[in-house]
Amino acid sequence: MTQDKPASARQSERTSKVTIEAPPPAPNETLAADARGLVKTFGANRAVDGIDLAVREGEILGVLGPNGAGKTTMLQMLATLLPIDSGSASIFGYDVRRQPHQVRQLIGVTGQYASVDELLTGRENLWLFGRLQGLSSKQAHSTADDLLAKFDLTEAASRSLAQYSGGMRRRLDLAASLITKPALIFLDEPTTGLDPRTRGQMWETIRGLVADGSTILLTTQYLDEADELADRIAVIDRGRKVAEGTPEELKAQVGGSMIRVQLAEGVDASAAAAVAEGVAHHRPILTPTRTGFSVSLADANQAADILIALRSNHIDIHDAAIEQPSLDEVFMALTGNAGVNPATTTEMSAA
Amino acid sequence: MTAVTTPARATRRPADRTVHASVPIRDIFVQTTALAWRALIKMRRNPEQLADVTFMPLVLTLLFGFMFGGAVAGGMVSYLPTLIPGIIAYSAVTACVAAGAQLREDMEKGVFDRFRSLPIARIAPLAGPMMADLTRYALAASLSLTMGIIMGYRPGGGVLGAIAGVLLAMVTGWSLAWMFMYIGTIAKSSQSVTSLSVMVLLPLTFVSNAFVPADSLPDWLKTLVNLNPVTHVVTALRDLLNQGAVTPAVGYALLGCAFVVAIFVPLTVRSYSRKI
Repeated sequence: MTQDKPASARQSERTSKVTIEAPPPAPNETLAADARGLVKTFGANRAVDGIDLAVREGEILGVLGPNGAGKTTMLQMLATLLPIDSGSASIFGYDVRRQPHQVRQLIGVTGQYASVDELLTGRENLWLFGRLQGLSSKQAHSTADDLLAKFDLTEAASRSLAQYSGGMRRRLDLAASLITKPALIFLDEPTTGLDPRTRGQMWETIRGLVADGSTILLTTQYLDEADELADRIAVIDRGRKVAEGTPEELKAQVGGSMIRVQLAEGVDASAAAAVAEGVAHHRPILTPTRTGFSVSLADANQAADILIALRSNHIDIHDAAIEQPSLDEVFMALTGNAGVNPATTTEMSAA
Repeated sequence: MTAVTTPARATRRPADRTVHASVPIRDIFVQTTALAWRALIKMRRNPEQLADVTFMPLVLTLLFGFMFGGAVAGGMVSYLPTLIPGIIAYSAVTACVAAGAQLREDMEKGVFDRFRSLPIARIAPLAGPMMADLTRYALAASLSLTMGIIMGYRPGGGVLGAIAGVLLAMVTGWSLAWMFMYIGTIAKSSQSVTSLSVMVLLPLTFVSNAFVPADSLPDWLKTLVNLNPVTHVVTALRDLLNQGAVTPAVGYALLGCAFVVAIFVPLTVRSYSRKI
């Protein structure tokens, strides 16, 4: 699954100098982001441990991983916010270490925690960031108003941020990243902590950005989010990249969707599992309390076959659900361990 | 800077953008002013932050005048020409201590992450609040002076001398603030910034001639007092306020301030940039 990077990118890193006024010519393709062997250590902890990553222009690359996998650290290194300990990274051909100022002109960063000013109003925040990025006062005002309208914040524009909801803050934060319409946008867990409706709105916004011509590198701990948005997904665990590919490719590795059956009281779970195995040709996994089982499906229609088989064997069920593989299950399949707590295996795929 | 003038919302491809290698001087000024505006708005919305430059100078002037006047100069009013310039210097220096803790608090907030990710001059997030803080020093100095006048102080240097004195106090506050900005970038937390700053503030203000004439001190202490830039600022303030005279002391005071700036601005910028 690991991709071969074009050898040309390395060359452009060497030839680019601080005085360059335009991106260096790319023999084949200049990657939006190109990281090789990125390393960041905090004390004894190798938070990022040799990650290669390539983001092509115009795509959404999803970086998927659990809390503490090193996603944010990696993103902060690419966004010039953390020094790179070892390895190299370039953004549109500019070296992140040696040309941070150039890189900052091409990127927008929206952090996990809203990086807007608490004491200013929404409009004041956007005006300030516009001014800082070279807009005249008048331009900064009109850009602020445009973005407030686009992100449905016009009504709240003059309110202080203390009165903003979590979703409104996120939207304002994203708006603040878009003032100069950056070519590459880093989104660090853009929907963590948002309610489902706000989350859906954020997804729409992100799709709109790509339609406008931006490239996006997005980190998430939700498989469904990566699935919804990303053209390609890189799975990160303990500072290392464990897989990379399209969502379909990754899911194929895990074995697609599964059915989870909760049996009625007093039903023999082993007998029920045997019936299911006869249909699905996969070994079912019993729940820890032996009151139900889950089994992988070759395709979703098998779910009906399993339920019919249970019914015709007079096995009563309490509940049944078809689920996408959860992040933990992806990890199980990809890493073989991933330190998963079996009791929480099923929770991650819920929206 | 990349100019966004086209009405179309479409994102331009990176190849069509002009990417600069450094920040032009004019832009550094615009960025600093914009961040000073931010700091002023914060001040206006958090007026209790101004207590140390409004309430404190008033109380101190009263307290020192009545408590020490008799002992030091044989009477409150005859102490005022010595005391008021000292109080002005003292309040300006005290006012600049907050700069470090404020910077620290700011650096710990999310918005500083954004400043760091923007293509702006690294010094702008430091210089902006510093510019806004000039209002604090102006307030501290003019309130101390006003309180002195209410208590019976009549500056011999007249209006011009008084204006020059307030300006010198502002320059002093701004320059010495860089010491505390540096502490703000090296300390572990904003609490330790405050305690470290107080450790610097006490000798800086009290090992000087701000409240007592240096002649009354033993020789070793007199040497220390004369090395302290605040001493020269106080002497210069007395000359400006009491005589309206631009004496060599004014030159020494400015030189002392310039010395502090020359050392601590590079240190602060370097330490701040390393933190990011």
